[in-house]
Amino acid sequence: MAYPSDLKYTKDHEWARQEDGLVRVGVTAYAVQQLGDVTLIDLPPVGSDVQAQERFGDIESVKTVSELFAPIGGEIVEINTELESSPELVNEGPYDRGWMILIRPSDPGELNRLMDPPAYEDFVGSLEG
Amino acid sequence: MVPFAGWDMPVQYESIVKEHHRVRSSVGLFDVSHMGQLEVRGPRALETINRLITGSPMHVPDGGALYTLCCNAEGGIHDDLIVYRHHTELASIICNAGNRTKIASLVQDAADGACDFVNRSDERALLALQGPRAAEVLGLVGANRAQELRPFRFAQISVAGSECMVARTGYTGEDGFELSCSADHAPALWNALTDAGEPCEIGPAGLGCRDTLRLEARLLLYGNDIDETTNPFEAGLGWVVKLDSGDFVGRDALQKIKAERKTKAGGTERRLVGFRMIGRGIARHGYPIVDIDGTALGVVTSGSPGPTVGSNIGLGYVPTDKTAIGTKVGIRIREKTVDAEVVATPFYRRPRLSEPRGPSKNE
Repeated sequence: MAYPSDLKYTKDHEWARQEDGLVRVGVTAYAVQQLGDVTLIDLPPVGSDVQAQERFGDIESVKTVSELFAPIGGEIVEINTELESSPELVNEGPYDRGWMILIRPSDPGELNRLMDPPAYEDFVGSLEG
Repeated sequence: MVPFAGWDMPVQYESIVKEHHRVRSSVGLFDVSHMGQLEVRGPRALETINRLITGSPMHVPDGGALYTLCCNAEGGIHDDLIVYRHHTELASIICNAGNRTKIASLVQDAADGACDFVNRSDERALLALQGPRAAEVLGLVGANRAQELRPFRFAQISVAGSECMVARTGYTGEDGFELSCSADHAPALWNALTDAGEPCEIGPAGLGCRDTLRLEARLLLYGNDIDETTNPFEAGLGWVVKLDSGDFVGRDALQKIKAERKTKAGGTERRLVGFRMIGRGIARHGYPIVDIDGTALGVVTSGSPGPTVGSNIGLGYVPTDKTAIGTKVGIRIREKTVDAEVVATPFYRRPRLSEPRGPSKNE
């Protein structure tokens, strides 16, 4: 599995993309593969604040439920409302139409603590044994 | 792959939802070789089994299969089983993988000195061919005799060169067959069925869709919906308890439970009901069921999306005065209470053969 080079990654399998001072967040193709068919995504309201590594929502598949953790702290300025009626977008395009939240980071430097693509790939490899 | 009762089992081959729809609209093939397969042989084989189960193999014809329960002395459920009556001196049993050791030892003890017991679990594989086109697939591998089997009947039939015990049974709510064969033959049988079944749009089906399919059909899962602390009546399995089928383990307790349930006022006993989520959320095993005022009512035993019924569904035990269809309840999902309502089960009933079926029906 190849991981987009313009993203940063967490050990909880979220990705973060810098876009004009904002950070878009979603889950990785690896997370999607582990979850299977995504059936429900719970996201926080626009305007709420999140802390880095804090839970911001839940993602459910047919078989299981997992928590979503913020890769970076800040204010949520937009959420992907399409996911409410079409959670399968996360399966179909985890890095584009399956994005989840857009954050205005309180400290953009926090992004540097995340993994770059090769590090994340190694991390996933270590999980696979 | 996930560990399941000591086996590595695929939850999905491709997608739970796709595999689910495939079984409802065409045909899926499951490897359920983890199930226990036991055999009892001898002149007293049937009476030996009769003493362990709530039904009677005496009342089943040769070549007939019986869905039944093995209970403990208190009327709790050791396992749900299918008993196959080959003839008056041979019966076999298929039990749940997780209960295999327990059931094998109960049957072995009962058989001791009365008849021969063989645990064939390791030497036999079990494939389940399920879906409206299952019979067609068996025709394509030359097992036309299987197509003549009525539900809950079985026969020894050669399928693509493998000697199989083919039963018209399953755990999906669809028409289908379960094929028990020698473990050595299982890979060849699997390949023969998937190759020949291609025109029928056959595909492999994993544990994940097995669970969603059985839940829609309200087929119970041992360890979730029933266990040693639940009795058959509250689980809605009173119909398989035949109190007049001779003496069996748990009979006295079950007779007492049944009599008490009839006389007690509503609300003192619990019953397994089906519910549908009204609010946004998926109920899962172990989540609390609460009344509209927040009072605890019971616990979810099974819950998941219902891909065919189109809503999130579940089963759980609630007091009998909360079992009426349409009763509003709440499901505690993490820190929220999400609305749900009691609905009739099964959630899904397969259309009769004359009706159109599959996804096209709703499109």
